[in-house]
Amino acid sequence: MVKGAESCVPLSEVATSNTHGEDSAYFAGWKAYDEDPYDAASNPAGVIQMGLAENQVSFDLLEKYLDQHPGASGWGCGISGFRENALFQDYHGLQTFRQEMATFMEQIREGRATFDPERIVLTAGATAANELLTFILADPGDCLLIPTPYYPGFDRDLRWRTGVRIIPVHCSSSNGFQVTLQALEDAYVKAEGMKIRVRGLLLTNPSNPLGTAITRHVLEEVLDFVTQKDIHLISDEIYSGSVFSSDEFVSVAEIVEARGYKDCDRVHIVYSLSKDLGLPGFRVGAIYSYNDRVVTAARRMSSFTLVSSQTQRMLASMLADREFTENYLKTNRERLKNRHDFITEGLKNAGIECLPGNAGLFCWMNLAPLLEEPTKEGELRLWSLIVHEAKLNISPGSSCHCSEAGWFRVCFANMSQQTLEVALRRIKDFMKNMKAKQEK
Amino acid sequence: MSPTPSKKSADAAAAAATATQARSSATGLGGGGGGAGMRLIVPLQGVVQGRGGLVLGTLIPCALFYFLQFYLRRNRSPPPTSPQPPAANGPDLPGIVRSSSRNFLSARGSSSHAAISSRAASIARSCDSPYFVGTKKCSEDPYHPVDNPDGVIQLGLAENRVAFFYPRKSFILLLPFGGLIPVRSFLSIVVGLLQLSLDLIGDWLARNVKDTLLDERQGGLSISGLATYQPFDGLVELKMAVAEFMGQVMQGSVSFDPSQIIMTAGATPAIEILSFCLADAGNAFLVPSPYYPGYDRNIRWRAGIELIPVPCRSTDNFGLSIPALERAYNQAKMRGVKVRAVLFSNPSNPVGNLLHREALRDLLDFVTEKGIHVIADEVFAGSTHGTEDFVSMAEVLNTDEFDRSRVHIVYGLSKDLSVPGFRIGLIYSFNEHVIAAASKLARFSSVSVPTQHLLISMLNDTKFITQYIKTNRERLRVMYALLVNGLKQLGIESVKSSGGFYCWTDMSKFMKSYSEKGELELWKEMLNVAKIHLTPGTACHCIEPGWFRLCFTTLTEKDVPVVLERIKRVVDKH
Repeated sequence: MVKGAESCVPLSEVATSNTHGEDSAYFAGWKAYDEDPYDAASNPAGVIQMGLAENQVSFDLLEKYLDQHPGASGWGCGISGFRENALFQDYHGLQTFRQEMATFMEQIREGRATFDPERIVLTAGATAANELLTFILADPGDCLLIPTPYYPGFDRDLRWRTGVRIIPVHCSSSNGFQVTLQALEDAYVKAEGMKIRVRGLLLTNPSNPLGTAITRHVLEEVLDFVTQKDIHLISDEIYSGSVFSSDEFVSVAEIVEARGYKDCDRVHIVYSLSKDLGLPGFRVGAIYSYNDRVVTAARRMSSFTLVSSQTQRMLASMLADREFTENYLKTNRERLKNRHDFITEGLKNAGIECLPGNAGLFCWMNLAPLLEEPTKEGELRLWSLIVHEAKLNISPGSSCHCSEAGWFRVCFANMSQQTLEVALRRIKDFMKNMKAKQEK
Repeated sequence: MSPTPSKKSADAAAAAATATQARSSATGLGGGGGGAGMRLIVPLQGVVQGRGGLVLGTLIPCALFYFLQFYLRRNRSPPPTSPQPPAANGPDLPGIVRSSSRNFLSARGSSSHAAISSRAASIARSCDSPYFVGTKKCSEDPYHPVDNPDGVIQLGLAENRVAFFYPRKSFILLLPFGGLIPVRSFLSIVVGLLQLSLDLIGDWLARNVKDTLLDERQGGLSISGLATYQPFDGLVELKMAVAEFMGQVMQGSVSFDPSQIIMTAGATPAIEILSFCLADAGNAFLVPSPYYPGYDRNIRWRAGIELIPVPCRSTDNFGLSIPALERAYNQAKMRGVKVRAVLFSNPSNPVGNLLHREALRDLLDFVTEKGIHVIADEVFAGSTHGTEDFVSMAEVLNTDEFDRSRVHIVYGLSKDLSVPGFRIGLIYSFNEHVIAAASKLARFSSVSVPTQHLLISMLNDTKFITQYIKTNRERLRVMYALLVNGLKQLGIESVKSSGGFYCWTDMSKFMKSYSEKGELELWKEMLNVAKIHLTPGTACHCIEPGWFRLCFTTLTEKDVPVVLERIKRVVDKH
């Protein structure tokens, strides 16, 4: 028997790498929040969390639904069907649930696109869906192109275990950070120069962190680009139901259908109920692919990330209630728009401009005028001030790989109206102090 | 165009695909029942209210009451889903059902322009391995004692249904009023109801489910605790409840620390995440064989870790051999392959034997000497039915001075609590760095929060859990004995085993040739003539041909004679 000793049993590179990204600024702010969280009653001076893109504005609608549907509040686990439920671990997923997901996705797009339930592969959250697609579409050492600024979690989700790289496609404020053909070409050429094989382009539509829906024109250009380069297109549409005016959202599915499904083997859509339906804890994500082999491979690979059958059952009931979903989508959009208008108005009064946005749970605000120097360091210094003095956790643009310093993402849907008002007051005060300092 | 995969990856793909097929459930056996429930309501209500016929007050009034609840609720809730044809259809591309708008696509032919990764390409092809073929046959022609007595019996699925009643369409058509039904069917109802009356979990839920989701603090149904982002590696309350459950299941000999637990959506991702943490692509694990076919997919596929089988021999009762481990380790070294861990299951799948304390200590000595990890897959720990006690790796660590940071346990509720659909697995590690990394990786395979809440309530009902564990073990014991003794009478011997849902059986004397080919031929005969799907030893990397794993947990006692008679059909020919 060997005596217990200091372990020197080595771990893998995956385990010891920093690719989880939790040492970055994005997460440092979360830490500050965790250590000193705001609470109106017990900790009014605490840090307000504005770095979490979570939707809490429509919980009451869900609660009302459950109250009115006691069967559903059995959460799919009444004695009837329990046995089938408990044993069901088929990676095809529950037929009814996939059907409802497909219909819900169609509802969001107001019938402008159709979805075949047989092409839906369920995963435990969009995080898993994005990683799965990356495993399927790319080999270690290959890369995906992603327009900046992008969701910081991609650095972890798409690269950590897959060994796949990300090459940014730089967008600028000169045209509202829209993707241009030139930027796409530049990124592609850069990858070629580094001898890295480009396997696909990943778009988030509507964009996180910009809070804008991508225009039809840009989508057409993008589709032409990926076709010409013979690469894949992943369209992460998890915020599609959070576009304030539903007709302002164009899904890549619409373009595919308009083109008669020509060359659509390269198109894949990611969806989730975490944002639109405010149910991140349920862990429900989906891949929709027009490519049969991808559907097959994804289905098998989803064994590592199946959705609880109980959850599938429960949500199948809820989504089947068309009256509920129609009302929810409509009300949710209105509330998000109101919140958005409220915060952008408030920021304007404080002298802060935001990128005009029409979607999502956040806005993209420009604090470049406040920077001592237009660099990443300057931005992080300002960000640190905001977290520690104004006690607001917002996300710095550099963590989103934005090529211009001074932009910040501010979430507005993960808190009550009162908290939002407190946050705006703090921003106003902060701006006043900064101006005073600058004038000195 | 997609690159051609190497033969190695194609084999891996084949093995992985078969494992996948075998794992996926929803075979016809589970389907059962459906729309005709309406017809029963009035007569059953009559029975319960005391106006019933012969059955009332005689056999099982309680069971009938549960039975009634079942059908009443069934009629209130959405129509039961018809189970999807299982994964068997998956790899056959034409099997994907398409809406009319897709016909355009299918006419285009199968070559896609944008290539997929070699990892995915190798798995997207269909294959004909035994595991897959057998499961497909079961789904196409599923056995049912009344409706399809000549159908294929599934013995290849390690799923526990002894805790549930056997689904019978005949339930719906039959009224328990004595003379209206044939006695044989009546008996089948009785047996079924007896099992239903002991459907402990379903029953518990009927009584408790609503309470599991009310937020007590707010005194009403509150969704925020359920719906919002929670720690990806599981709620603290669930970890505590599961730690408690594990202690109970392992008969109180060791206690588990919730802070060492990382919850995952099933044991499948638990093993994969551990693999990602302990080794790099191209490294290897030593795995005593025969082993669970699913490991090939779970560990080789994305993590790219090689599995080196370390053969166990029937002469040793398929017990672990340290010299064999030593040999395998050295051979790998000579090939330039770095071994990072030993992976073993205990109770063993597919053999069902348990490792005793000495063997576990010897194993710990071995891995310590080599400077590698050890992964103990203990998913069947609570499913022991023999006289031996189960000893967890954690228990051995408890009493001895070993370097714990190399020890990792995989567990889950799919087997011991019969809830594989809920996706609840876990990594239990003694290594803080593994815990740190794995808790972050859990984000890709997180347990659904409402499911977590349901389990918290259920697991905290200790009286129920104690009863469940006891009853479940008893039933496993009964079924195991029935099957093994029955096989013995046919001249078929099984390894003496104490755990799991199966027996490990020697059918080599019925093979035409003592070879892998002979085994597969026998396997096919079993499938096509006896219409029984068993798991052949080759799928488990067993080096001695002729061994088969027969799972008995999807059967009822009544089915055993049927199974034996079918096997006799094949056996008599040899």
